[in-house]
Amino acid sequence: MVLSANDKTNVKTAFSKIGGQIDDYGAETLERMFATYPQTKTYFPHFDLGKGSAQVKGHGKKVAAALVEAANHIDDIAGALSKLSDLHAQKLRVDPVNFKLLGQCFLVVVATRNPSVLTPEVHASLDKFLCAVGTVLTAKYR
Amino acid sequence: MVHWSAEEKQLIAGLWGRLRVEECGAEALARLLIVYPWTQRFFSDFGNLSSPTAIIGNPKVRAHGKKVLTSFGEAIKNLDSIKGTYSKLSELHCDKLHVDPENFRLLGDILVIVLAAHFGKDFTPACQFAWQKLVGVVAHALAHKYH
Repeated sequence: MVLSANDKTNVKTAFSKIGGQIDDYGAETLERMFATYPQTKTYFPHFDLGKGSAQVKGHGKKVAAALVEAANHIDDIAGALSKLSDLHAQKLRVDPVNFKLLGQCFLVVVATRNPSVLTPEVHASLDKFLCAVGTVLTAKYR
Repeated sequence: MVHWSAEEKQLIAGLWGRLRVEECGAEALARLLIVYPWTQRFFSDFGNLSSPTAIIGNPKVRAHGKKVLTSFGEAIKNLDSIKGTYSKLSELHCDKLHVDPENFRLLGDILVIVLAAHFGKDFTPACQFAWQKLVGVVAHALAHKYH
């Protein structure tokens, strides 16, 4: 699966429209992921996962920053996320299936907060982008 | 048998009551064909699917999307017997239509996103949970008679 020039433009434009709210998007993505797919909570036994949790907000900000980094270096996502890829392979070892769940929740957040951004074409491009990010983060698993 | 809490039933019925089935069904199917273009393999007799614009405007896509989402209404009316409700449709999708059940999961995910876009903040995390559960149960029921 390859990101076309159109996909890259769609992704960059979407992120620029989201702008500074991306941190909130990250936090809400995690909140929805924990609520919709409770099994994802198993990776965060050390977190307070209650509503408004500062830890979830903080982690959401990290996740958001990584997505922004990938979007800003969309021609070389593997390079941009290389260290994160190492981290996920060696330390975090989040099962690959969960990246799709996170991706689904991110799209839901974009849909609820900014539906005009999520045209069918942009939806397709963002979905491909999120898949690409997940693939990079699990690339070194074995 | 799937257990539905009173809250889940309320979240599902509440949203369903406010849903424009024809519009959302058409949009969900169109997005499925656009976001996951390999799903077009089942619709070779639908005419022009050559671009997102063509797909969105395609009358057969709109009609079929409405049909698909209308059938969800049956599941919602019979939450305690979804397998029974979809028994014949399951046989049809296996024996006549030859649809890989993975496609039901893909459509379910797309439907959730369409609902999110239509209902905005009202599509709370609890709502998303209930509807993600529903689309999963429907997908499972549609695959149940496969052999």
